[in-house]
Amino acid sequence: MSTTLTISGDFPGKAPGEREIQAAPATPAKEQTMEKNHPSAAATATVAYVPPLGEILAGFGRAVLPPVMGIFLLVGIWYLATMNGGSIPGPQVVWQAAAELFADPFYRNGPNDQGIGWNVLASLERVGLGFGLAALVGIPMGFMLGRFRFLSAMINPIISLLRPVSPLAWLPIGLLVFQKADPAATWTIFICSIWPMIMNTAQGVQRVPQDYLNVARVLDLSEWKVVTKILFPAVLPYMLTGIRLSIGTAWLVIVAAEMLTGGVGIGFWVWDEWNNLKVEHIIIAIFIIGIVGLILEQALILLAKKLTKESS
Amino acid sequence: MEKFVQIEKVGQTFDTKKGKFVALRDIDLTLKQGEFVALIGHSGCGKSTLLNLIAGLTKPTTGVLLCDGREIAGPGPERAVVFQNHSLLPWLTCFENIYLAVERVFSQKEDKPKLKARTQAAIELVGLAHAAHKYPHEISGGMKQRVGIARALSMEPKVLLMDEPFGALDALTRAKLQDELMKICEKTQATVVMVTHDVDEAVLLSDRIVMMTNGPAATIGEILEVKLPRPRARLELAHDAAYIDCRAAVLEFLYEKQAHVEKQAA
Repeated sequence: MSTTLTISGDFPGKAPGEREIQAAPATPAKEQTMEKNHPSAAATATVAYVPPLGEILAGFGRAVLPPVMGIFLLVGIWYLATMNGGSIPGPQVVWQAAAELFADPFYRNGPNDQGIGWNVLASLERVGLGFGLAALVGIPMGFMLGRFRFLSAMINPIISLLRPVSPLAWLPIGLLVFQKADPAATWTIFICSIWPMIMNTAQGVQRVPQDYLNVARVLDLSEWKVVTKILFPAVLPYMLTGIRLSIGTAWLVIVAAEMLTGGVGIGFWVWDEWNNLKVEHIIIAIFIIGIVGLILEQALILLAKKLTKESS
Repeated sequence: MEKFVQIEKVGQTFDTKKGKFVALRDIDLTLKQGEFVALIGHSGCGKSTLLNLIAGLTKPTTGVLLCDGREIAGPGPERAVVFQNHSLLPWLTCFENIYLAVERVFSQKEDKPKLKARTQAAIELVGLAHAAHKYPHEISGGMKQRVGIARALSMEPKVLLMDEPFGALDALTRAKLQDELMKICEKTQATVVMVTHDVDEAVLLSDRIVMMTNGPAATIGEILEVKLPRPRARLELAHDAAYIDCRAAVLEFLYEKQAHVEKQAA
């Protein structure tokens, strides 16, 4: 493994000097420093196969280097684009503003002036609540739609009709029914989260392999055992996909919903900073929204891996 | 018991897009208790269909099936099935897969330690005690099939139904499992119906070989009694005249009498 990795830039039949520049520019230099570590590391790895330290570092470098370079590229373009002034602040200005902002993320100066930490938490709370309710309704509903053909034939046209509707179109209905901004935003999250969960769960139930159901029939298992020992584990991967899609959409929608409803929350904060014309804060908010969304997604992928490891 | 499983005038017709498809017709067969019967025939002759009928997974269009004097109305643990592709639940360990079956059959009469002992006994019967707590994806195909057999046997079924249980295995593993199955059958005196398309397997294991004509509208062509003494040893039988005769008879049925339909289909 080590050899194929370290000579990645070489082509057999070519003189060493002719080495092409296709390899990432920074890697050859790094590899040379790795080589120095090599002998000592190899000496320690005598009995079992432990990859030498240099190799681990090289692998790490290969995994980390491209994304880091991508981010540098983005910041570089950003810097160049904003160098000559203009309405968009450059990276340094935003960095300073961020340092200030994150110095005290949890302050409270009244209902409309709270730290960034509170705003993010408020948004997460709405997403959690709306999403949780959607899971509570959507997953059992998905199971029933998958299990009973008649029900799915009855409900599917309704789902097909409502699913393409932007969740924000439901916001006025929520405001009307609940008479308050906060539950209306939660309601919007509920509506947008429920469809992927219903559809993916139902699909999972329909795709449970016939073999497993035959086992259930031959053993003549009770409906409870069929659900807990066969259906639920078989559907779990589909369900988790639905959950992941739902959380992703919910996090997209919350920003828009909060812009419209106000209060505390990252979406409201963006709008507030726009009114204050603090553009650097808007850029910070974009990063925060992206990072939180990324964390949510990765956490769910991790959870899915953990839960479905044994069923693979 | 002379008439343990009775299949009387059974026919099976499927509704397809092209109209009715007659899979089986006029099947009459009785099985003695403790008998090992192989169903053999070309693919598409309805062997598996007949097995599914005995299992109760499908209902016959005409005729009736009885097991131990009672009509077969649906699937149940008294007629355990070993599926061709093992059908173990991937999220349960081998032990748990078997326990699920044991629990279903015996939990009303026995307590937990007893159920666990039964499961352990079943897994030891197929020689897999060391792999009890592994998941199906961690063991080989032959081991999975052995777990499938253990699961079926653990229910102490009246009839053991096997649908090409060794079809997906390599020749060496298959031979090993056939030998094991013979020993287990001897020990448990099980009544077995096995679908196979392997002539040697049929002759080696069976008391009777039920040879089926080609589909559609397949039925029983001939029944061959295999009068070889038990226990049977694979190597000795290779030169045994009776064994060779049986083998020849089955081959003759499959490749002379039933060969023509194959050509028509092609």
